[in-house]
Amino acid sequence: MTNSAYPTTWRRPPQIIKNRRWRIAFQLAVLIYLVLAISTVDVNWSRVYDGLERGQRFVMGFLQPDFESRWRDISQGLIESLTMTLTSTVVGVAISIPIGIGAARNLAPRWIYYICRSIIAVSRALQEIIIAIFLVAMFGFGPFAGFLTLSFATIGFIAKLLADDIEEIDESQAEAVRATGASWVQLVNYAVQPQVMPRLIGLSLYRLDINFRESAVIGIVGAGGIGATLNTAIDRYEYDSAGAILLIIIAIVMVAEYSSSYLRKFLQ
Amino acid sequence: MLILDGLSKTYKTGDAALADVSLTVPKGQILGLIGPSGAGKSTLIRCINRLVQPTSGKVLLGDVDLVRLGKADLRRQRRRIGMIFQEYALVERLTVMENVLSGRLGYVPFWRSFLRKYPPADIQRAYQLLDRVGLMAHADKRADALSGGQRQRVGIARALAQDPELLLVDEPTASLDPKTSRQIMRLLTEICSERGLPAIVNIHDVPLAQQFMQRIVGLRAGRVVFDGTPEQLTHEALTTIYGAEDWNEMRRGDQEQTNAEEDARNRMAALVQ
Amino acid sequence: MTEISHYSQVWSYRTPRGRLALWGAWLALVALFVFCWQVMTKDTIWFFVTDAPRQAADIGNRMMPPRWSYLPELWAPLWDTINIATLGTIGGVIMAVPVAFMAARNTTPSARILRPLALFIIVASRSINSLIWALLLVAIIGPGLLAGIVAIALRSIGFVGKLLYEAIEETDANQIEAITATGASGAQVLSYGIVPQIMPAFWGITVFRWDINIRESTILGLVGAGGIGLKLQASLNTLAWSQVTVILLLILATVVLSEWVSARVRHAII
Repeated sequence: MTNSAYPTTWRRPPQIIKNRRWRIAFQLAVLIYLVLAISTVDVNWSRVYDGLERGQRFVMGFLQPDFESRWRDISQGLIESLTMTLTSTVVGVAISIPIGIGAARNLAPRWIYYICRSIIAVSRALQEIIIAIFLVAMFGFGPFAGFLTLSFATIGFIAKLLADDIEEIDESQAEAVRATGASWVQLVNYAVQPQVMPRLIGLSLYRLDINFRESAVIGIVGAGGIGATLNTAIDRYEYDSAGAILLIIIAIVMVAEYSSSYLRKFLQ
Repeated sequence: MLILDGLSKTYKTGDAALADVSLTVPKGQILGLIGPSGAGKSTLIRCINRLVQPTSGKVLLGDVDLVRLGKADLRRQRRRIGMIFQEYALVERLTVMENVLSGRLGYVPFWRSFLRKYPPADIQRAYQLLDRVGLMAHADKRADALSGGQRQRVGIARALAQDPELLLVDEPTASLDPKTSRQIMRLLTEICSERGLPAIVNIHDVPLAQQFMQRIVGLRAGRVVFDGTPEQLTHEALTTIYGAEDWNEMRRGDQEQTNAEEDARNRMAALVQ
Repeated sequence: MTEISHYSQVWSYRTPRGRLALWGAWLALVALFVFCWQVMTKDTIWFFVTDAPRQAADIGNRMMPPRWSYLPELWAPLWDTINIATLGTIGGVIMAVPVAFMAARNTTPSARILRPLALFIIVASRSINSLIWALLLVAIIGPGLLAGIVAIALRSIGFVGKLLYEAIEETDANQIEAITATGASGAQVLSYGIVPQIMPAFWGITVFRWDINIRESTILGLVGAGGIGLKLQASLNTLAWSQVTVILLLILATVVLSEWVSARVRHAII
């Protein structure tokens, strides 16, 4: 069989940047960026080397955690974190519902829509930790500032997703309820609520989970909770206590994740 | 030549998908495998190249028993068996050429396949196959940009790129319209007779099987209940395979479909004018 | 034939038992909330709370007007921040890929040992915020960019690993079967059957995580891990609120820009 007519080479055609010159320019730019970026990382190797011993101690602390000697601090921090998580989620969700409805284009008048959307935008743009810094400055140290921080962050999260959900509801159902001559409140109660309720419960449980994780962080800037305990433990170089705290956080997050996915399945 | 000897497969759930199947497929024969869904057609085909591990029995391709092979040997033997799938099973996000070249994976080392640096002979052969199935112009397109019939042609080219000694074909026309189905079946039978390739074709469409197959085997509940030429596939034979049903009705139904298509085509043509 | 002679006058949405359970659940939630509230505010000094509006007004006054002359000092830390995020993302993704393949049910080399290990790595990385990782790393390897990069990378493993292994588990089994049937080796099945299928998900996840990492790396400086957060910390310590405003506005602009870039890139990929 002669098959000399067929080519013997084949190259995979470029998939994203078709122009050869642009492709080379792009690759060059990436390379230059990487070289520049890596050169800015000024590593003090002797300090890193010294740190290895501490790193080893930390890993040992993680493997042999010490729950005992700081148990009072740890339990205090845990209680703060857990109560903060629950109260802030409840309050945050309660505030999110009217804001979420207000931020749904198909339910709210224009001016309310813009106000609610800007509240959401502000809450989402600012990081928990930055809000916490401000609230600690205003309300003093302790879990109350943490509670406010998490509530505020919850609003941005829940209200946004709730509003998007409401905007995506099945219009025909709303239409049918409207056709019966229902008022606005009845419309929300009969057409919107049944459609978004399961999602709202799911989101709230998810947010509960996130709030606990965040509660471990905002303690670093003085907003109470387990994060404050952790910060102290690391400052004192008590890596076995720090390891214990981290293990507790991981365990609680795992339990929360598992049970919230179970609850969500159960509720649907 | 392929010999199946006492091939059985029982799934973990306890379902016996195949019970003591023995068949001999000589060189160049195209064998159609028919039977109701769940009869074990798909399992039978997959037991041959061991995508499904048979419980007992022998699969002899030439003089190698495929059932007893270790991992590396199995890989070497799989090269000898080309497979064509129901939903084409192309790697959608790769180009047509890469899909055809993937038929050579069993022959090339990993680095060559990873860098797409196939030997020149493989590439030449891939082009030749693409030309044979009529897709020369589509080599650089992505597989998901093709129509169903075109994708199945790529599937055929991929199987042939293996230089197989046997073709396993699993419901090649199930996702295609009747006209394309016939084109694909014609292409398959032509290619098999060109190369003297034996083929086992799972097919649910009885009229299509009768039109294109040289031999038909009927499976029912994992057992061979019919083995003969298309002419021998009578009303009674179909009843043993599928259970009681008015088969003339089904044939007429098929005729009707063809007529309806014809009619629709004529009407479309009239509309265009 | 019996005829229905009587229709119930009362209709209720739920069965009485269902309603009771629902009310019970609400009641329990309220009770729990009240209890938690009591515990949480046990040590709260209410004078500070009532004083908060005055404090807020005070801080607001000090923050305005922003001290724009401070801006030139921020470019270098901002560049560091972007590098922390980018290099950290690259490092995290490189570590996450093998973890994801170990965690996915259809590609794991051993379901008994490696899969649970990979899942634990993912959970551990996900439950610990990058700020905590940074806190630890600063204590171990000293303050600086490296601590920030490693913190971001460690936090990214869990996120990228989880989404990637879910993408691997969702791949089309037919395509993988077809490649296996050609006699391909394990590595070849991976590179032809699985990798092309997860490529769009992979790039989408990576860019998404980069966007989140930009956001997170802006504050790592609070614990000494480099970047613009260092300046924030310094300004907060000296109560230079007008500089804080400038920093926050710059962070906001960066975050918005990175979000835009990531949305554009993801759109182009998918």
